[in-house]
Amino acid sequence: MSLHELSLRELGEGLRAKKFSSRELTQHYLGRIGQHDKALNSFITVTAERALAQADAADARLAAGAATPLTGIPLAQKDIFCTSGVRTSCGSKMLDKFIAPYDATIVQKLDGAGMVMLGKANMDEFAMGSSNETSYYGPVKNPWDVERVPGGSSGGSVAAVAAGLAPIATATDTGGSIRQPAALTNLTGIKPTYGRVSRYGMIAFASSLDQAGVVAHSAEDAAVVLQAMSGFDPRDSTSVERPVDDYVGALNSPIRGLRIGLPKEYFAEGLDPGARACIEAAIKVFEGLGASVREVSLPSSPLSVPTYYVVAPAEASSNLARFDGVRYGHRAEGVHTLEELYKRSRGEGFGAEVQRRIMIGTYVLSHGYYDAYYLKAQKVRRLIYDDFRRAFAEVDLILGPTAQSVAFKLGAKTDDPVAMYLNDIYTIAANLAGIPAMSLPCGFHQDLPVGMQLMGNFFDEGRMLGAAHQYQQATDFHQRRPKGFE
Amino acid sequence: MSLSPEQVKQVAHLARLSLPPEKVEPYARQLSNILDMVSQLSSAGTDGVPPMAHPLEMVQRLRPDVVSEENRRDAFQAIAPAVENGVYLVPRVIE
Repeated sequence: MSLHELSLRELGEGLRAKKFSSRELTQHYLGRIGQHDKALNSFITVTAERALAQADAADARLAAGAATPLTGIPLAQKDIFCTSGVRTSCGSKMLDKFIAPYDATIVQKLDGAGMVMLGKANMDEFAMGSSNETSYYGPVKNPWDVERVPGGSSGGSVAAVAAGLAPIATATDTGGSIRQPAALTNLTGIKPTYGRVSRYGMIAFASSLDQAGVVAHSAEDAAVVLQAMSGFDPRDSTSVERPVDDYVGALNSPIRGLRIGLPKEYFAEGLDPGARACIEAAIKVFEGLGASVREVSLPSSPLSVPTYYVVAPAEASSNLARFDGVRYGHRAEGVHTLEELYKRSRGEGFGAEVQRRIMIGTYVLSHGYYDAYYLKAQKVRRLIYDDFRRAFAEVDLILGPTAQSVAFKLGAKTDDPVAMYLNDIYTIAANLAGIPAMSLPCGFHQDLPVGMQLMGNFFDEGRMLGAAHQYQQATDFHQRRPKGFE
Repeated sequence: MSLSPEQVKQVAHLARLSLPPEKVEPYARQLSNILDMVSQLSSAGTDGVPPMAHPLEMVQRLRPDVVSEENRRDAFQAIAPAVENGVYLVPRVIE
């Protein structure tokens, strides 16, 4: 097997047994990026020199016997995380020249564990998008069919991992930006409970919804890195002061006795029959492993997309007010007043989707509309949360589709924002409620990957990862790789 | 719900966004479509439902009132588009 086909555990064992060095492993991945990324556009910035220096430090640490299970293993960081001394663009012209003056907490943690950053992964501008077509740096292509989108907003992270240009990548999820792209590229992606992973140094989109996680080839790989990323951080005011569970240890929990709920609203009209067939087969696998399955209802879930498109733009319009052309970021030339400086810097620096969301957010927060839109959406958000609370009184996990269908063609939905927003119809509710959720591969339709979604109760990441791992022991969908990237 | 081009211009002004004239009409159409989709919310019965601002029932943490950050003025000004003698430059605001 080639190095890029090994799991994180196998890479760690190989490094500790000196079968290969971190420098060799890093060079292997940098070589693959050079060979394949022109076709995919999954990286905005490749940090080869920094990576090789980190690899050499990791090799020294391995030789000294001071390594963690992640020391010497490369990764891609989504370009939403601030990386000291390295451009952090967030996929926007606004931050095209922004060199972050500090590290995000998760960057510090993964650097500290000895991981090697290969570069910064492409993404939808300010994480606003479901196809990775809103990036200032151009669309990312899906390695399973380069005429199709990889999903978004973490499109660069998933394309890089799916094509074997990085063994694992960080990602973020405000309304499905980890799970939907993972589903579209045959990966396992997890968004933990809100507050589990620090948001410090993660450029803010919608602060009550944003959460960082990982995309990987398996639940086992995801568990190892999530374990290292998670934990209380005093620098994030919504970080939760609570010990991190043993995610890696939870992988081997048996499925027998697990109660799985199938939300009837998620299997209604709109789900592609090809995707439905894959998910129904996966349910049979879980039953075969000893899980009990029953129908549950999340009656307010049809309102999750409209709720989200009030709450998220409202928070975004407030968060993105910081980009003023004065302190950092793009500044318009040849302006004569302060107001003109603000307006032109923002008009030039933000792309169309970001501008749309800023305007929607400004509108729903403005005098006379606040009650009808923002307050109403916050009340419906409570109804969506209550649905989950009731369901988790009856079941341990909720299982359903991640996306309505397989990856669509580039350009298919770019002229119709509402059609694009409906891509996240199954994923948004978990962000509104704050619960953990993940997507994992469960089959193929028209030779393209189909993902299923697992949702868990607050802080039940371990149980979710365990169920996913047991499913992956019984199936091999997650091991399949796209042709042309061998 | 539909937004007129005049309303779009007003919202863009509030958000401090300059819009080229040819973009106003397409934005008015797209934003109206989004608000149409959002208007489904009015179908939900929410009498007596407390608004939910945040997924976690938590209160703001407090810390001792002592300086915890170092002074990084030079590092932060190094990434500013225009500074001079330690201050940020903006167009003249007082005539």
